[in-house]
Amino acid sequence: MNAVDTRNREADGGPGLRAGHLPRLLPQRRGGGPASWEEHCARHGGLPVIGWDEGWRGQLMAEVGRSGLTGRGGAGFPTARKLRAVAAGRDAPVVIANGTEGEPASAKDKVLLAREPHLVLDGAVLAAQLVGARQAFVVVHEAVREIVDGAVAERKQGRRDGIRLKVMTGADRFVGGEASALVNWVGNGIPLPTVTPPRAAEHGLYGRPTLVQNVETLAHLALIARYGAAWFRSLGTAAEPGSMLVTLIGGVHRPGVYEIEIGRPVGEILALAGGPAVPLGALLVGGYFGTWAGPEAACPLPFSANGLSEVGASPGAGLIAALPADSCGLAETARVARYLAGESAGQCGPCVFGLDAIAGALEDLAVGRSFRPDLLRRWTGQVEGRGACHHPDGAVRLIRSALRVFGAEIDRHAQGLCCGRRPLGVLPVPPRRQP
Amino acid sequence: MSAAVTGSQGLWFLSRGSGLVLLVLFSLVVVLGVATRTGSAPARWPRFAVAELHRTLSLFAVALLVLHVVTAILDPFVTIGWAATLLPFASPYRTLAIGLGTLAVDLAGAVLVTSLARRRLGQRAWRAVHWLAYLAWPAAFLHSLTAGNDLGIWWVALVEVGSAAAVAAAVLARLFGRVRGGDPRGPGGPPPTRAATKPRRVPATSKAGGR
Amino acid sequence: MTTTGARLRVDPIACDGRGLCAEVLPELITLDDWGFPIIGDGEVPPGLMAAAGEAIRLCPLLALRRC
Repeated sequence: MNAVDTRNREADGGPGLRAGHLPRLLPQRRGGGPASWEEHCARHGGLPVIGWDEGWRGQLMAEVGRSGLTGRGGAGFPTARKLRAVAAGRDAPVVIANGTEGEPASAKDKVLLAREPHLVLDGAVLAAQLVGARQAFVVVHEAVREIVDGAVAERKQGRRDGIRLKVMTGADRFVGGEASALVNWVGNGIPLPTVTPPRAAEHGLYGRPTLVQNVETLAHLALIARYGAAWFRSLGTAAEPGSMLVTLIGGVHRPGVYEIEIGRPVGEILALAGGPAVPLGALLVGGYFGTWAGPEAACPLPFSANGLSEVGASPGAGLIAALPADSCGLAETARVARYLAGESAGQCGPCVFGLDAIAGALEDLAVGRSFRPDLLRRWTGQVEGRGACHHPDGAVRLIRSALRVFGAEIDRHAQGLCCGRRPLGVLPVPPRRQP
Repeated sequence: MSAAVTGSQGLWFLSRGSGLVLLVLFSLVVVLGVATRTGSAPARWPRFAVAELHRTLSLFAVALLVLHVVTAILDPFVTIGWAATLLPFASPYRTLAIGLGTLAVDLAGAVLVTSLARRRLGQRAWRAVHWLAYLAWPAAFLHSLTAGNDLGIWWVALVEVGSAAAVAAAVLARLFGRVRGGDPRGPGGPPPTRAATKPRRVPATSKAGGR
Repeated sequence: MTTTGARLRVDPIACDGRGLCAEVLPELITLDDWGFPIIGDGEVPPGLMAAAGEAIRLCPLLALRRC
């Protein structure tokens, strides 16, 4: 096997891969559709061929560690640490690339897979080689299934990878992207979360050490393998290096997926999307497990875990939803809360019954029927941390931030008034499924 | 000679008497088992008391069962044979009737053993075997109808009918009843109506697109 | 003051809110508004070890565990 040392290669692959420059993951390209294998190789070069040489694997692992890459699925766990944990397992490991994107408002994983599937697949193959796995499952949203199938077929033609890639469609559930639920979905077709510990890295699919990694993280991994840790760190902050994909929705001129440098101020990110199209009332940062924040407070802040912590927020799944000032934040939150309650896997009592009760209380508040802050406080406290997974915790976080940020609206609603004039739906909620 | 006859009569009475008491006990145990499962209890009884009574009575019933089986086999007037304690339909005397009793012993024995070893076996295995109780009781009941000669006595017939009625009511409650949960004194008022168990919704997704 | 080193935790998936644990160990276990147990943090004090053992044994779903 040829070990092609393509690390730290300077950009003869195009302008976007110079250190300190964007785009990295999502280059501008002529024509729609996914980048073909040829186009992908023209831009990045072939995949560094590692083989099973122990030394090469260790070098790349060290490079990933130096890069400071963290998970882009929302949890932000250091990738090198996860890779090492899985590689250290006793049984043969397996890789699951998580492109399910169960978060309704987020589109970054779909867009990445639709435009640069080979970058993700490169990352999956590399991750498998790093942990010593022979097989990688690539679980994707239905919308991009065909494209990813096509990309895998392209790769099989040249017999390039040496790792078995199997593409699957994700469960159409919010909880379907949770790591243990995803493992169960791949293993037995039932996307139910389980109690952790043990984590998937120790005991996952078929009881084997399993690497569950977001597809964006794998794409970054594929670039680090070619251009190195220093290149990766040339963007972003010292504590949180690199770039990330964000989804902007709501009252901006050009909603969509954008690639940003971590630490860029929120206001500048909104400007990338053309800026606010209407006066804004609030921003939802992170996702449906994220946090509401006022625009004046949030816009100057760097979009990073450190920067956003000032308003109690974090980058999460990379969503920024711009709520117009004439939308009712309480009603939107009540709608999302009801959706999250319905998406409970139904395994743990506090989540099933608690989120249902909380959603009911929020709905009552939103329509001005009744206001029980005591019950909301009591129930959010009773629900938090008492499920097998973090579904109830995420919902509670969103709801608490709504009660904080929309304080003025709450007073009005308690008197039976509402300021909202815009119809609901800034935050997308999939239609209720048949029971 | 008369002592032997009296002794034999004594064994026979013990066997029949213990059998009748066993029917009552066993029926009570089933009712209490259902009550344990559905969380219902007479007014101020804590649920753990219902669970413990279910367990205690069932152990007591096992002790009485030993007496019942041994006296029946030792009785010289009928030939049942030791094999019939565990092997159904191995008794030359009233093969079917005794066989039903043996069946009940076998099934109840499985329930007993798995219950004593529940922590080691795990919930699933324990539960699967425990369902056999719903087979054991009818076997025991039919045995009581066919193996004894005492249905002519009015209060024996009453016990039979009462036991059957109690168990039938319990089974209906098990099938159509609701689990009552929650501390009714919570400040939110009575808890929102709970379904009998948590709904496990996720399996309802279509798996077709998965593979 | 002796420490027992014993903690209680409940498997939230196995638990179905039957409530027997809270009856025998009210000092450490209370029920939320839907009947599911809230276990106090911290160790089981020596005086309550017997009751804790009872609570673990009594759970019909084997959801209460010692760790």
